[in-house]
Amino acid sequence: MQKLDAVQLRLLMETADLHGVPEGAYNIRANGQSVDRNTTANIDIQSKTEGSGIDIRIKDGTVNESVHIPVVLSQSGLKETVYNDFYVGENCDVLIVAGCGIDNCGTQDSEHDGIHRFYIGKNSKIRYVEKHYGSGDGSGKRILDPVTEVYMEEGSTMEMEMVQIKGVDSTHRTTLAELKKDAKLIVRERLMTHGEQSAVSTYKVMLNEDGSSADVVSRSVARDSSYQKLDLCVLGNAACSGHTECDSIIMDNGRILAVPSLEANCIDAQLVHEAAIGKIAGEQLIKLMTLGLTEQEAEEQIINGFLK
Amino acid sequence: MLELKNITFGADNNGSNKEIIKDISLSIPDDRFIVITGPNGGGKSTLAKLIAGIEKPSSGRLLLDGEDITDKSITERANMGIGFAFQQPVRFKGLTVLDLLRIAAGKTLTVSSACQYLSEVGLCAKDYISREVNASLSGGELKRIEIATILARNVKLAVFDEPEAGIDLWSFRNLIRIFENMRSADKQRTVIVISHQERILNIADEIIVLADGKVTKQGTKDEILPGITGAGFAESVCPKIEEGGE
Repeated sequence: MQKLDAVQLRLLMETADLHGVPEGAYNIRANGQSVDRNTTANIDIQSKTEGSGIDIRIKDGTVNESVHIPVVLSQSGLKETVYNDFYVGENCDVLIVAGCGIDNCGTQDSEHDGIHRFYIGKNSKIRYVEKHYGSGDGSGKRILDPVTEVYMEEGSTMEMEMVQIKGVDSTHRTTLAELKKDAKLIVRERLMTHGEQSAVSTYKVMLNEDGSSADVVSRSVARDSSYQKLDLCVLGNAACSGHTECDSIIMDNGRILAVPSLEANCIDAQLVHEAAIGKIAGEQLIKLMTLGLTEQEAEEQIINGFLK
Repeated sequence: MLELKNITFGADNNGSNKEIIKDISLSIPDDRFIVITGPNGGGKSTLAKLIAGIEKPSSGRLLLDGEDITDKSITERANMGIGFAFQQPVRFKGLTVLDLLRIAAGKTLTVSSACQYLSEVGLCAKDYISREVNASLSGGELKRIEIATILARNVKLAVFDEPEAGIDLWSFRNLIRIFENMRSADKQRTVIVISHQERILNIADEIIVLADGKVTKQGTKDEILPGITGAGFAESVCPKIEEGGE
């Protein structure tokens, strides 16, 4: 294994909660190269023969196992697009942790675009955690434009936790999902932007067969002069149920455009959307101040709770 | 001891200044259970907010244990031992009951001590400790959690602004029990409750009647209560419920 430096180890901790080498299957990518990999009897990881990226194959019936595929970039000016494909067998129950941390102390922009495709077999259950984090005080931007595609077979479940709290200058995140009979997708997105950052998050969820369901909830905070666009679209093409929710707090000169949308193409589709944007309510601050917090501490508690 | 000296408070009312509190002077000694009552619009909630620092008086001084707190912020007064329970408890998306109790306690509160405060207000801790303090909680549940945050702070002066407002009769009976417990507990704590309810007036050491921004009556429960029963603002709970007992 190529040794990770201190900056890379810190990025690894921020994005994957890893203090060292993870248990189970993993692939660690640092500055454009795969630096360490482990496979198990049930989970295989192979580099793509053409192009950049890996194929992860999970055998039928794999339960209580995990795959970690963190990416860290600490070299200024590095730009890469990586294709990672997950082939999940039937009746699996697996945790997948991805995520990217960029530390850019230089003047050139650093960019990582991870294209993740999930093919989830019948009755499998996947919990997917993706964290994005940026640090470094160089003038070069930290850019992440991930694409996530999810293809879900009958009776499968996917829980996605997408988190970007700090330090990414520009992100355009696209998530597409197609669900078959009785498949269930749950998305919890948490986003905070500050400074001059810009974040665009687009979801398109297609509920194609009877009994499929989706619950897509985005909670976000835009501080300073940052900008966010949240575009959450659910299409009901069968007897299905879908819910989208954008719930946002704006602070300072932050701006947010929330575009929750629904398209029902079947008489038995039941779709709901909700959206709310506003500053922190004055009475919330006052309540916490009557408990002894300063106004700034109260604000932090409210934001932390909201994004928890 | 809390002292109010010549407190006046005015608010802007369509361009003209409307006086809501008119030159009130009061002394509230330690370890008392005081109920402030009076007709709606008489200035009761404003007075409570002036004590907590949420509103600042136009003139006059407030003293806590001899120290002038008139210019102290909400946070400073909270840290000096003043607690305030809102008439309409505030909801928070994401903050749990445990988070709120921990903030109130100002320290890392163990789950078992948090449970103690919840059981004091009649809530089963395991059902509530991880719940978000959001719209999924009923008015009565929020009121009790609000009171639990005051208990967790262990304040020397607790102000409750119409604790009975917006709750159902069943929750009200439990609320009375909580105040009765607070009343009997030897906590060296002064409690000021803004209320219309006879059941709460009935457990007061002292009753203050506030009308049109002024103190119109002040004295012990036995002196004041007979004169205000049936005055329109001292309300009894539903007689049918009263007959049915607890």
